[in-house]
Amino acid sequence: MADAELPMAVDGGYDWDGRWNHVRKFLERPGPFAHPDFEPCTESLQFLLEMCKILVIGAGGLGCELLKNLALSGFRLIHVVDMDTIDISNLNRQFLFRPKDVGRPKAEVAADFINNRIPGCKVVPHYKKIQDFDESFYRQFHIIVCGLDSIIARRWMNGMLISLLSYEDGVLDPSSIIPLIDGGTEGFKGNSRVILPGMTACIDCTLELYPPQINFPMCTIASMPRLPEHCIEYARILLWPKEKPFGETSLDGDNPEHIQWVFKKSIERAAEFHITGVTYRLTQGVVKRIIPAVASTNAVIAAACSLEVFKIASSAYIPLNNYLVFNDVDGLYTYTFEAERKENCSACSQVPQNLQFPPSAKLQEVLEYLMENASLQMKSPAITTTLEGKNKTLYLQSVKSIEERTKPNLCKTLTELGLSDGQELAVADVTTPQTVLFKLNFTT
Amino acid sequence: MLFMVTYMPTLCCRLWGDHGQDTLENAHVCLINATATGTEILKNLVLPGNLNVFTAVPYVCIVSYSFFLTYNSIGKNRAQAATELLQELNSHVSGNFVEESPEKLLDNNPDFFHRFTIVIAVQLPESTSLRLGSVLWSASIPFLVCKTYGLIGYMRLVVQEHTVIESHPDSALEDLRLDKPFAEFKNHLQSFDLESMNKKDHSHTPWIIIIAKYLEKWLSEHNYKPPQNYKEKEAFRQLIRDGIRKNENGVPEDEENFEEAIKNVNTALNQTKIPSAVEELFNSEQCNNINSESSSFWVMLRAVKDFVHSEGNRDLPVRGTIPDMIADSQKFINLQNVYRTKAMQDAAAVSTHVQRLLQSLGKVCKNASFLRVVRCRSLAEEYGVDSVNKDEITSCMDNPDSEMVFYLILRGVERFYQQHSRYPGVYNYQVEDDISKLKLCVNSVMQEYNLNVNIKDDYVHEFCRFGASEPHTVAAFIGGSAAQEAIKIISHQFVPFNNTFIYNAMLQTSATLQL
Repeated sequence: MADAELPMAVDGGYDWDGRWNHVRKFLERPGPFAHPDFEPCTESLQFLLEMCKILVIGAGGLGCELLKNLALSGFRLIHVVDMDTIDISNLNRQFLFRPKDVGRPKAEVAADFINNRIPGCKVVPHYKKIQDFDESFYRQFHIIVCGLDSIIARRWMNGMLISLLSYEDGVLDPSSIIPLIDGGTEGFKGNSRVILPGMTACIDCTLELYPPQINFPMCTIASMPRLPEHCIEYARILLWPKEKPFGETSLDGDNPEHIQWVFKKSIERAAEFHITGVTYRLTQGVVKRIIPAVASTNAVIAAACSLEVFKIASSAYIPLNNYLVFNDVDGLYTYTFEAERKENCSACSQVPQNLQFPPSAKLQEVLEYLMENASLQMKSPAITTTLEGKNKTLYLQSVKSIEERTKPNLCKTLTELGLSDGQELAVADVTTPQTVLFKLNFTT
Repeated sequence: MLFMVTYMPTLCCRLWGDHGQDTLENAHVCLINATATGTEILKNLVLPGNLNVFTAVPYVCIVSYSFFLTYNSIGKNRAQAATELLQELNSHVSGNFVEESPEKLLDNNPDFFHRFTIVIAVQLPESTSLRLGSVLWSASIPFLVCKTYGLIGYMRLVVQEHTVIESHPDSALEDLRLDKPFAEFKNHLQSFDLESMNKKDHSHTPWIIIIAKYLEKWLSEHNYKPPQNYKEKEAFRQLIRDGIRKNENGVPEDEENFEEAIKNVNTALNQTKIPSAVEELFNSEQCNNINSESSSFWVMLRAVKDFVHSEGNRDLPVRGTIPDMIADSQKFINLQNVYRTKAMQDAAAVSTHVQRLLQSLGKVCKNASFLRVVRCRSLAEEYGVDSVNKDEITSCMDNPDSEMVFYLILRGVERFYQQHSRYPGVYNYQVEDDISKLKLCVNSVMQEYNLNVNIKDDYVHEFCRFGASEPHTVAAFIGGSAAQEAIKIISHQFVPFNNTFIYNAMLQTSATLQL
């Protein structure tokens, strides 16, 4: 669609008469429910339009909605980060993308669309992982809003903002707080929360609300399958690494050839045990751990999140305090509550984390605890410590050579490894940008 | 078409099932008013499904805060502009627009609305809503009224009788029939002898079998009365626990299947019975008086009822699914097949009570306990002085901060519009003075209904501050919610709300009221 000549410059850019009337009403009028700090004035709109910098994490189902909502609420300085490219399956709810965009980076296509559709908006895309940026990048934003589908990524972002906090004499400097609005959806359910790092409950404070993913026990998969899902996992976990059907490439859930292979093998497995129900669709769902997404849930949750961004940026209302749950399976249901900070949260409490183990415990037990404990849920923790003044890696999984070298340590006891009562262990993991310090307490 | 085929399957259908998708494809939706809220609703309907979409819009757009109207749309017919941009989302949707206002259509051609599966109206003045509501009620066409007013969202569903065939409850109790084992299950049970099994078989016997076996034992020792209270259930659990094999030293082996059995005793001992919601349906007039005009829903329901009174022995058809559990593959599959076969038999029996629609029958049987009918009061009943739901209003308003207060003020706002031909607080200079005027309007509505409720001034003030604005974020929230409810109505799957939904974006709370 050809753009007509842009309107005359008004208010420093692209605004026509009355364009922001609906927003102005909240910025320029006092009201009984506004934030105590709120002062109605005409300059507030300028702040939103010209100075307020927002970061949107994710340009998928939630991200597209967030970008649209923010742009239509007056925000113009928006950055968006997404590491994915567009897949055809995204098109039924990620409405900034068209068939011609398949294969292009989501962040870039989303930014282009918004900038074209909403004159004056300057969305800056980043086709990157969140971990590719450091504090200097994140520090420039007034508010960060997440539309992610990964708990690990959320926790990382959470950890990053906590690392930006500065304390003077043990007192938190409020200007170092960057509010984090987090939205998540799963089918017909969704939630939206406001996090003020250092002040309110953070992601890790409420980690138990995110149940760990269901993984079938290996013995079921290996020798006693009952469900079609067991057969698919058999093909995925056991056959693929053994038969290497496509050479050294790892299984890619988005590659139809890969899925076809897994599907065929799953059918064979299922036939052996007289199990019915293996379909291509189910295969893909299990391999990709897909929970079907619903456009309208994304719309609702993104709307709630964007409104909170507006409230915080403008003080026009008191923000959500602090957690909204939404479910429209049966009618429409919302539940709003104040999630509480965890006193000894491993991410935000600054309270040293304790590990209680007998000295005869093996390092393997410590590793399992870090991964299985509901409040920690680490994915592949790397444990280091200081022994005789030197840094020593006790176990690290992510680098093959170090993994091989440190693997024997797992079977050694804590005393055999030279650790003593009160020893500090530094643990790094994908769930946090900073290492977490643990204090080892020997039990008798 | 190719486009639809490639992206439709996996994600949509795992939730809706193929059945729901068919009805979506044949639906014809009417949306009135392509405002921000209206276009958001359309976007959420158009994106995932292959719908026929129709738009009727009276007004030319002046200010665009809809994503589907651009600067270039200014001056154009809003409906036309919105239709064009929406079609981009899904090239297989056919969107049409109409230039007459809904009021004109009601005057000259009310039959226009009869062709639609559902009519969704956004930001309509009260008088038009009521007129349109009456036309649609007589034609039995579902009507969804939506409003975004400042930071308040409002939805009202008006449908005479809406049947839900698959209400997909999240936490459904299993249908295991352990209290009333059917013949084929009893036969299957005979093939198990827990005492003489080898170690491997013993620890891989499904817990359903374990509970059934020990229940047999219990019944023979307790006068054929199952465990009734906590004490007896504990004793029953202990009985099972004692069944765990021990090694040479008398230490119990690790038998997870027995642990599962113990854990599931409570739910397994639940009485098999017909849910009261289904009983009500069985007792309703439509079920008892099946005739040539009866819808297929009622025919099927009647068939199920007849089954219950004959082959079913007072129980619904067996559902046929069992949860996953520790077992070796063969034992599990065999047990699963026992239930499945029984379910198919029951389905066949129901089909002898039905003259047609064998295809849908499978679904109905599996979900016999999940049949629901939703009936909403008409707008006329809501607004009528004699039929207004005073109890609901006064009991909610026992808490003056209940979301009900927003409904009441919205009624006052419409009264204000009728009296002053404008909405309160649209311009800054009006805000202060309009507070008292709006308060008078709200009070006059309360008086008409003889309602004695306390409406806090702060809320009236806030409504004037809103100035009849339609902020995009609130429009988007209602847009998502309304689209989902519309999809529920069209597909007859999942239960819609009944009948008024209020969203308070200031506190991010909501409530469903029955008005």
